[in-house]
Amino acid sequence: MTGMSDATAPAALPKVPTGIQGFDEITEGGLPKGRVSLVAGAAGSGKTVLAMGFLVNGAEKFNEPGLFVSFEETSRDLETNFASQGFDLRRLQKKGLLALDHIHVERNEFEETGDYDLEGLFVRLGADIDAIKAKRVVLDTIEVLFSAFTNEVIVRSEIKRLFQWLADKGVTAIVTGESGEKTISRHGLEEYVADFVVVLTHVVNDETATRRLRIVKYRGSSHGTNEFSFLIDRRGISVLPISSLGLRHVASSKRLSTGIARLDEMLGGKGVYRGSSVLVSGTAGTGKSSIAAHFVDAACRRGEKALYFAFEESPAQIVRNMASIGLDLDQWQKKGLLRIHSERPQNTGLEMHLVRMNREIEEFSPSVTVVDPITNLTSIGTFSSVRSALTRMIDAMKSRQITALFASLTEGGADPEATDVGVSSLMDTWILLRNLEVGGERTRGLYVLKARGMAHSNQIREFVLSSSGVGLLDIYGGADGFLTGAARSAKEAEERADALRLARSIQETEHEVARKRKVMAAEIERLKAEYEAEIESLENAIVEQRMRQDALVAGTAAVRAARGGRNTDVKARTTEAAKRRPKPRSRP
Amino acid sequence: MNGDASAAPPPKMWHLKLYVAGQTPRSIAALSNLKRISEEHLPERYTIEVIDLLENPQLAKGDQILAVPTLVKDVPPPLRKIIGDLSDTERVLVGLDLRPV
Repeated sequence: MTGMSDATAPAALPKVPTGIQGFDEITEGGLPKGRVSLVAGAAGSGKTVLAMGFLVNGAEKFNEPGLFVSFEETSRDLETNFASQGFDLRRLQKKGLLALDHIHVERNEFEETGDYDLEGLFVRLGADIDAIKAKRVVLDTIEVLFSAFTNEVIVRSEIKRLFQWLADKGVTAIVTGESGEKTISRHGLEEYVADFVVVLTHVVNDETATRRLRIVKYRGSSHGTNEFSFLIDRRGISVLPISSLGLRHVASSKRLSTGIARLDEMLGGKGVYRGSSVLVSGTAGTGKSSIAAHFVDAACRRGEKALYFAFEESPAQIVRNMASIGLDLDQWQKKGLLRIHSERPQNTGLEMHLVRMNREIEEFSPSVTVVDPITNLTSIGTFSSVRSALTRMIDAMKSRQITALFASLTEGGADPEATDVGVSSLMDTWILLRNLEVGGERTRGLYVLKARGMAHSNQIREFVLSSSGVGLLDIYGGADGFLTGAARSAKEAEERADALRLARSIQETEHEVARKRKVMAAEIERLKAEYEAEIESLENAIVEQRMRQDALVAGTAAVRAARGGRNTDVKARTTEAAKRRPKPRSRP
Repeated sequence: MNGDASAAPPPKMWHLKLYVAGQTPRSIAALSNLKRISEEHLPERYTIEVIDLLENPQLAKGDQILAVPTLVKDVPPPLRKIIGDLSDTERVLVGLDLRPV
């Protein structure tokens, strides 16, 4: 794990970044430098796109010339096909950063007589590589050689030799291959000659197509072993690797406003942490989108970029609706600060969807994002897949310090705290919106259920939508539950009367307490006086007894002196008798 | 099908190109085999051009040469390619349309 930073460890395997979003993360740096990698998959699984992405990125991002040798498509076809993916191959060719070579081979085109090798291919590749000083090479797909030549023994040994030859040339190469039934590539050869093997699949579940890739082998390097989803569209290929990010993101202590002053106040007075995730859940019509719009509006006001994923409404609809509560989102769209991306998630698979969102985020690099609502994502995947996808998504946003707000639609009647429990643990802040029906009136209530890392208000606020936006009011809370709207006013009057009565009652009790205190003090005085009197009389008694004792001793001495001192026992006896005499009886 | 028909008219020159990559034992064997077969079956009706790809790598593209040695016959049409050291005379003759399959 820490080998990378350990100075005594052998140098890590040098890698060449593909520049393909996500791919370099799961391969921990890209493809093995100066080696051959195999990209295997069925027809249409995206092998060619992945390989071309490697070359185009190499040219555009790393200034490394690339050679694409196609055994199937002509160069013209490639140019046309990739133009629709947003790759301008012609321009790169003109700049000398890309060369296309179409090697035409037909099945059994040759008569074979005796021994041969494929040196002609090597010579041709060598000339192509040298012409543009290519650093990256793609052979797509090499296995046509198996069908072009009947002598499989020669083809196998020549392909092995080719891999070594490419390595000796110092180029980093990708060969593509059709996946076989029992082996990774159809002929089971390339996967053990190559140093890196990735398998692409295209699975259709519930009418939704999902592309996945899995790294089967990476000689001399660790790599992610899971299946990762990826996406191919007009902007090329991107992989959703995000689970590899883990929890390494920094936690910002900067706060940002939710756009609703009273809500910020509830959140420790400063709003949410930058880079944190906020869940706003509630039933239909509780104002989740309005909170989201405030959040976005506040970001744009600060001059930050905001990205809004809307799964239920079109951009125009959102702009119109929010204008009705006094938010002009259109101005931010025009300034390029706000991008609203509307899509029905059901149209694509969950993972495809997340890949797409991830790429939107990467492209636009917003400061805040809104996903409204995530519930629509949960409808298209199993719980665990949604949770893991969402985890990856949140991690990705956190690592970019993007503050994300997720709206979650809870079903009427269901307890939102229960229904959202699965995703809520991923969230740093959880705001709950509820419809409150009191006195024939329906109002909205808002409270902060959780806010990690801050002291937050535990109070429920009444949530009001008006033409000037969202407002939060203090709510009446008392023994009878909480009240809002008209019921609140009525209850407040009643409350004032109650309060008066209560105040009087308190006063009375206070008098009583004061009185009791006085009685108590008096009692203490009395007891103290009694005690002192008794002690005094006892002490007097002691003094008196001592005097009598002395007098008795003096009397005995006088008698002895008169008798001439013969009887000395008398004194002793008398003294002892005096000592033995019990005190009570010595009272005068 | 057309091969039989075109074999009948007056003889034409056969233009034979032999692609090799350096002077390897295999390429030397291929050239000597080719000369022998041509002398036997196309006396004074053939030319042989030896193309060494190590000297002219760009020529590999024109005839889409992958394997060496490769014998290419484009005149007379149709184009034929025969790969290997040409040690199997029968197959070479079939490949050059000099003998029916």
